[in-house]
Formats: sequence, structure tokens, C-alpha cells
Amino acid sequence: MTIELIAGAIKAILMILAGLSLSLFLLYFERKGSALIQDRIGSNRATITGLGKRMGMPNLGIINTSIADPIKMFTKEDFIPAGADKFLHTLAPFLSLFPVMITFVVIPFGDTISIAGHRIGLEAANLNAGALYLLATIGLGVYGAALAGWSSNNRWALLGGIRATAQMISYELAMGLAIVSVIMTFGTLNLQEIVRGQGGVWFGFLPRWAIFTQPLAFLLLLVAGAAESKRIPFDLPESESELIQGYFIEYSGGKQAVFMLTDFAEQALVAMLLTTFFLGGWQIPWLMRDGFHLPGGAFLALPALAVSLMGVVAFLVKVVLLCMFLGMVRWTLPRFRYDQLMRLGWKGLVPLGLFNVLVTAFVVVATGRVQ
Amino acid sequence: MPPFLYIFLGALAVVSALGVIIQRNPIHSLLALIATLMTVAILFIGEDAVVVGFLQIIVYAGAIMVLFLFVIWLLNLQVETGPTGHLALKFFGSLAAALLATELFFILAPPHLQVKFTHEPVGYGSLASLAGKLFTDYLVAFEVTSVLLLAAVVGSVALARRLPGTDDPRAARKAAS
Repeated sequence: MTIELIAGAIKAILMILAGLSLSLFLLYFERKGSALIQDRIGSNRATITGLGKRMGMPNLGIINTSIADPIKMFTKEDFIPAGADKFLHTLAPFLSLFPVMITFVVIPFGDTISIAGHRIGLEAANLNAGALYLLATIGLGVYGAALAGWSSNNRWALLGGIRATAQMISYELAMGLAIVSVIMTFGTLNLQEIVRGQGGVWFGFLPRWAIFTQPLAFLLLLVAGAAESKRIPFDLPESESELIQGYFIEYSGGKQAVFMLTDFAEQALVAMLLTTFFLGGWQIPWLMRDGFHLPGGAFLALPALAVSLMGVVAFLVKVVLLCMFLGMVRWTLPRFRYDQLMRLGWKGLVPLGLFNVLVTAFVVVATGRVQ
Repeated sequence: MPPFLYIFLGALAVVSALGVIIQRNPIHSLLALIATLMTVAILFIGEDAVVVGFLQIIVYAGAIMVLFLFVIWLLNLQVETGPTGHLALKFFGSLAAALLATELFFILAPPHLQVKFTHEPVGYGSLASLAGKLFTDYLVAFEVTSVLLLAAVVGSVALARRLPGTDDPRAARKAAS
């Protein structure tokens, strides 16, 4: 009991740290990856020792983004505008970060491993209603942006807050429908079971990932997830050109950093959800518990611990690749107009999601997988 | 659920429920209501009614409270200063409070007056058992409710609809009928 409790605490902390590190990686990608995409140089100034510069090495901007930027952010003046609701103005950034951080704990990042006779599942919380937990915590993410917009006593901020609320409520529906069709496919709400159900192969070579059975749901979750994380092309709540900074216009210093961190963490969360539901989570194609069963019939035996650890690495690789994909989308597409956003959500994604759920239901009944 | 956690969450729920009616600022009241709903949902989950707890967070805390927020914003409700409420409201409020007090009495009363509780089997609140009940014993009621909700949605859309060229929703309704 106590061992499981300690292991659970360690896993939860690890998962939250993973979310924070991924956010840092996304910040780096935001600065330097965008420079690569747009053929700029990007941040390349800050160094600690100056040693690399003297040795003629190119500056990769890692010090800039991971050390200099956060220090700059947190040492700036923390400003609360006159007439603002002081309590809510201070609470709002944390209210927006908290739901994202607690969502990370249900994501399975590996198979069960045995250490010293204890079987430890590599997920911080193995909930039977894991998918419901996800939907519940993601739904709470609205309040941070909404209350930040309202409490700032600023019209642009309020407009941004209202936009954020409307957008997140609309796209949550599409997100829920996409997740529902995956749940129906696997017949369970347990995320670890959903990932287990994606092991094995079809026709001897195709991995049983849900992206091949539910491609439409994958697209729905991708689009709705991008909209939930409020990044371009769905950054209407922030839109720099019309609302200046939207709901967090009146924030400075550390609190603004928390809002930006929330956006990056949400992006990382969306990548994790897509990986878990559609890209087989920690599954590696053709890798069983005892080793690789390659399509040609070749077999490569591996120890069980190595297989489990490779699963964790595979999960991280998939998540990082998806994060980079989302970042590339962000630097490629222009922003939607507001009516386009609402039309896409209510007349595009929601009917498609309902259609997908209906088709999934027919297929599930027809193939006789109902108890 | 260990007793100290139960007492802690219960106290939190009561305090935040008091906050709903004590706060003068409608947004602060709303936040207190969200806190109440969350703590009650966690109590549900702790008592094995997992689905009910999560649905409470998804539907009430995550969606309906956002609607409340919109209503407060759109009506531009300000901080309340004077006493509020009609006499009728106060009357029904006192009636509801009296009912609650009676219920509490029968739960906490001396043993021969007490309500008998039945112990539900483990897993009674899981999604499988809930769905099993919903789609066998209560199927008709469930489907009828969904039709009712659909009618409500269609009705509200029809009321709010504006035909192109008319600004007045009533004119639009006349034109549609």
C-alpha cells in the first residue's frame, strides 16, 4: 500500500514535470523553430560563459529561451490595473494552469513494469473512468481565461475572455465526440486499456492504432485540441492585431508567464491525448512483450524491462513529434475570422463528430462486440 | 473515503455554499458555487458514485456555470447593495429550508426515528451499471427525456432566429408562421 502510494506520488510528479519540460521545449520551438520555418536567425545572443562563442560554435538559443526569458519574465513588475478585482486577477492565471496540470496524471506513459516484486503501472492514476476525468478537467480550463478577462477591468480583456469562453465551449463538444467514438471502439473508459487495445497488428503488418480505424475522430481531436489550446489559427481570444493580447492584456511578469505556460502545456496535453487515443500511446509497432515480431516473420528477443522502457521513450517521441507538428501549424496558417471559427465548430466539426459516433455505433454492433 | 477527508470536503462544501449567498459580487458567488459543485462531485466520487461525480463536473461545473457567467456578463449584473427578493421568494425559501431541516432531523435523529440506509454493492456507481440501468429498466424514460430536450433546443433556436432583412425576432416569427 505505502509503496504504491509513494510510487503514485513519484509518477504524478514525473508526469507534471514532463508536462512542464514539454512546455519549455515548445517555448524553444516557438522561438527557434519559427525562425527556421520563416528563414530567420532567431534568438542567438545570450550565453553564460561565452565559451562556445569563442570556440566558434553556433548559438542555438537554448540559454535565451530556457534561462534568460523566464528570468526576465519573473523579475518584471507584477502590475494590477486600477479598478480590477484584485483577488480574481491574481487567481485567474493559476485557475487556468491548474486543470491542465492535473490532467497530465491520467495519461499512461508506459506498460506495467516489475521492480523488486512490485508491479507498477506506468501511469500516475489508473482510473476506470479516465476518459471522463479528462473531459471534466479540460472543461474546467475555461474559467482561467474567462475570469482573467473579466477581472482586468479592460474592454479588450473582456472581449478576449468572452471569445475564449465561447470558443472553448464550442470545441469541447467536438473534442468529446471524438473521444466518445474511440471509447466505443475499445469499449472502455480506462486510458491504459485503450492503449493496450492498440497493441498487435492487422494483416500481419499494420499496427492496430486507432488512427487507422478512426481517422475522422483523429482529425476532429486534432482540430478541436488546437482550438482548445488557443494557438494560431485559433488564437482569437488573444489575437495580437485586434485585441492586442486579449484576455491577459493587463497581466505582466510572472502571471503573464503562467498564462503563456498554460498555452504551451495545453499544446503538450493535446499531443499526449492524440498519442494516447490514436497513435497507440506507448506501443511500438511489432513490439510485443518478448521482443520484435517483424512482418517478414523475423523475431528479435528483448528483455521485459527494456521493452517497457522503450515504450516510455516511444511515447515521448510521439508526443514531441506531435508537439512540433502543432507548432508548425501555428507558424503556417493565418488566423480564422470569428464567424469562420464558429461555423467550423458548430456546422463542421460537431455534425461530423455525431456522424462518426453513429457510424462507429453501427460498426460496433455489426461486428458483435457488445456485451 | 477516509472520515477526515469526508469531513474536510463536507466542511469545504458548506463554507463555499455559504459563500454563494453571502458574497455581494455575482461573479464571486458564481465562483463559490463552482467550488461547492466541485467538492460535492469529489464526495460523490469518494462514495463510489464515480460517473455521477464526473458528470457533475463536466455538465454543471464545466458547462452550465459558464452559461451563468455569460448571463451575468450580458445582463451586466453589479454588486448588490440593498436587500433583495420578493415576499414569495422568501416564503418558498423558508419552505425549502424547513424541508431540509426535517430531512436532517430524520437522518440524525434518535435510532427509532432514523431513516434506514441500505448498503449498495461495490461498483454500483460505475458507468457499466449506470448504463445497464439506463438502457434496460429506464429506456423509455431516457428516450422520452432526450426528445424533450431536443424539442427545447429546437424551440429556443426558433425563438431566437432572425430572418435576413429583419432585426426584430417577433417579425421573423410572424414571417415564419
